[in-house]
Amino acid sequence: MTIKLRYFAWVRERVGKPDEDIEVPSGVATVGELMVWLASRGEEYAHAFGNPKVIRAAIDRSHVKPQTPIGKASEIAFFPPMTGG
Amino acid sequence: MTTTSLVRIQREPFDAATEAGKLTRGRTDVGALVTFTGVCRGAEAGEPIAALTLEHYPGMAEAEIERYVAEAAERWPLLGVTVIHRHGRIVPGEDIMMVATASSHRQAAFAAAEFLMDYLKTCAPFWKQVEKADGKIWVDAKTTDDVAAERWAVTAGRHAAE
Repeated sequence: MTIKLRYFAWVRERVGKPDEDIEVPSGVATVGELMVWLASRGEEYAHAFGNPKVIRAAIDRSHVKPQTPIGKASEIAFFPPMTGG
Repeated sequence: MTTTSLVRIQREPFDAATEAGKLTRGRTDVGALVTFTGVCRGAEAGEPIAALTLEHYPGMAEAEIERYVAEAAERWPLLGVTVIHRHGRIVPGEDIMMVATASSHRQAAFAAAEFLMDYLKTCAPFWKQVEKADGKIWVDAKTTDDVAAERWAVTAGRHAAE
């Protein structure tokens, strides 16, 4: 299954790109597991996802928790806690 | 009650007084209009800044704010709501965003404006970066903002998943 990942703010800066398409590996079922897998993809990813507790996620433009199943997501976004307003 | 709502995400500056005025123009049922405008300060944590840059998640930012506006309209008897939030580079003294709420009486207008601000701060996908003399840094989220949002204990947005 191919999904689009999008990164914002310092997550984007650390990964070094705003988005990418990935194949979700078998065994990765939740958003939290996806972060653990991403952290293993190299130095930039380890820097971005080394402390997943500080990263928020959205599936198809709605906030989700780490335990949320990826399911049939087409777009998953990762970003720091929001600071708008 | 039908609530007239407007949500806009834009790079360009806006005029808060003009936008708020649109909520009362041509009608006589509004008895209270509350406007909040977020303005770019010239200093952050005691240090002067050159500018703020706001990054956002296009599509999700609009959708999230629409969800809070719908939630506010269910909770309070609102006649109109306007939310405008800018992105891109903003210099000190410029407006960043505004919330305006119109109702027959002040309580609903005050409460809804505060509710919308608390959720915008913690749940709308925007990120501030400040430009200082020695470089750019991302603004950290404040725990006090989370606490302010949690007191409303809403069923909308990210809190529904908790």
